[in-house]
Amino acid sequence: MKSLGSIRRDFAPWNDPNAKPYIQFENVTKRFGDFTAVNNLSLTIFEREFFALLGASGCGKSTLLRMLAGFEEPSAGRILLDGQDLRGIPPYRRPVNMMFQSYALFPHMTVENNIAFGLKQDGMAKSDIEKRVAEMLKLVKLEQFAKRKPHQLSGGQRQRVALARSVAKRPKVLLLDEPLGALDKKLREETQFELMDLQQELGLTFVVVTHDQEEAMTMADRIAIMDKGEVMQVATPAEVYEAPGSRFVAGFVGNVNMFEGKVARGEAGAASIDAGNGITIRTENAGDAAAGATVAFAIRPEKIKVSSKKPADAVNAIEGEVYDIAYLGDMTVYHIKLDDGHVVRASAMNAARITEDPLTWNDRAWVSFRPDAGVVLTR
Amino acid sequence: MNATWSRFNITSIVLGFAFLYLPIVLLIVFSFNESKLVTVWGGFSTKWYVSLFHNQGLMDAAWVTVRVGVISATVATVLGTLAALTLTRYTRFRGRVLFSGMVFAPLVMPEVITGLSLLLLFVAVGLDRGFLTVTLAHITLTMCFVAVVVQSRLVTFDRSLEEAAMDLGAPPVKTFFQITLPVIMPAIVSGWMLAFTLSLDDLVIASFTSGPGATTLPMKIYSQVRLGVTPEINAACTILIAVVAVGVIAASVVNKRREVQRQLDEQAAQRG
Repeated sequence: MKSLGSIRRDFAPWNDPNAKPYIQFENVTKRFGDFTAVNNLSLTIFEREFFALLGASGCGKSTLLRMLAGFEEPSAGRILLDGQDLRGIPPYRRPVNMMFQSYALFPHMTVENNIAFGLKQDGMAKSDIEKRVAEMLKLVKLEQFAKRKPHQLSGGQRQRVALARSVAKRPKVLLLDEPLGALDKKLREETQFELMDLQQELGLTFVVVTHDQEEAMTMADRIAIMDKGEVMQVATPAEVYEAPGSRFVAGFVGNVNMFEGKVARGEAGAASIDAGNGITIRTENAGDAAAGATVAFAIRPEKIKVSSKKPADAVNAIEGEVYDIAYLGDMTVYHIKLDDGHVVRASAMNAARITEDPLTWNDRAWVSFRPDAGVVLTR
Repeated sequence: MNATWSRFNITSIVLGFAFLYLPIVLLIVFSFNESKLVTVWGGFSTKWYVSLFHNQGLMDAAWVTVRVGVISATVATVLGTLAALTLTRYTRFRGRVLFSGMVFAPLVMPEVITGLSLLLLFVAVGLDRGFLTVTLAHITLTMCFVAVVVQSRLVTFDRSLEEAAMDLGAPPVKTFFQITLPVIMPAIVSGWMLAFTLSLDDLVIASFTSGPGATTLPMKIYSQVRLGVTPEINAACTILIAVVAVGVIAASVVNKRREVQRQLDEQAAQRG
């Protein structure tokens, strides 16, 4: 038997042109009065995928989820699940279950009745219901809380009841609306891994809506980054971070330094970018940027090195002054003010306990990076 | 700390309570009066309670009042709940403002006007005044109170509960009866109790809309008092007060207990 880890590692149906799409949004638009929440959006999700919709509030990600659940109908376009058009199918007949942000536990029912609710609607035999409820309680480790009411549980326990209730019917797709939003940081991190294990164990397709990029990066196989009702990029967490498709995505996920400038092409993918004020950046990741085009050069803080002297072999090195230092324990973040006023953020792992060459406020410093460290963004 | 029981505080409390409860205490005391004269104390006796239960007129009136109260409160609760649901759920239909204004108008309408207009209506449609008309009038009067109570609960109702039920496979009607109704039931029960109480002590509207054979207790008491207060009436009122007091105290004790239990539960849940 394959280990869970290797299943996860080898799972990439989006790269397989013959893979059958499981959930398809085809040119879906949703308008509320004059407001367009989702704008001509197309998206494909595969079976057993852990898919995250990431975006700021109001970007349309929750509307997308609610359309999949059947609480909203698209104004235009269609949604297919396993080849079946979902239009006109009410929420209570869709093979999809949702875990709500507020958990929406029925306050007048015990934990076991909450979990059994969906099974009873299907007319399942009483003994089967009992068996399934016991199984679900075991899955979320709440066996001894079966007879409690929701208000007798802590936040984390309520979250697990909500989860057990939404997977009890073995839906084809589980939708999770900000599933960890109400938990504190430590519990959230633990629960992220629990959710991932659960998804593998049950072999379900998960679609999760979140505004927390760390959560999306940790859990999801692929992330769709949304803004103003449109999908900006769909990619794996690593691709989203290392090869963002646009300035918006680069700025939305993680921290980034951006230099705007004109492109002068070199050979193959190489190019140099004139960022003004005598700063020229040489890069190997220019992609298909046309010569003379105005582009952004984006580079992550951890890929920038800070030193008090100019590194001898550096291709890119710019001089500035230490403007701010934040010591975070595991790493230190430097804000370096370049001579043209541009502030660059650089972070350094604190691998050694004591640094030999400590930089301090107002010191002259050099920021340097390799030619393959950043990316050129045309959009 | 010795300022807590200053002379001023004590005086205000004594005066305040005297103002509220002296008339009631007097009434209760004189219901146990041996003498037939209401204002002269003639010794302790319970004979007026005995004679009260032999006073067929008063007993009939009491029975009418209870029947009118139960029927009108029940119908008003159904209608008021429906109105509240409509007003909180369908916020965009045409004429919503007019409708909500009309539902709540009886709250501020002088009872004399409500009573008179209902009387005119019943005469116009040729409905004989009696049990039916007074019940209909009370439904009209109390429905808006039920709507207010239920609506205030529905405003804070988490709609995702209903969505969750539907998501788990319950059609809308089933969702309403299995989720919405049980959750808002406390508000519906208080609405019913409010409606029942209002119907119980209404004199003005009942006087306009009632007819022969459907005299309610307040009407009966009022008409008897005009002929002179008898200790029998005092006894009837004392029983009414006792019933209401027991009801109010029981309700608040149950509420308090539930509250305390809930707090204990929540503390226990936080500890894990």
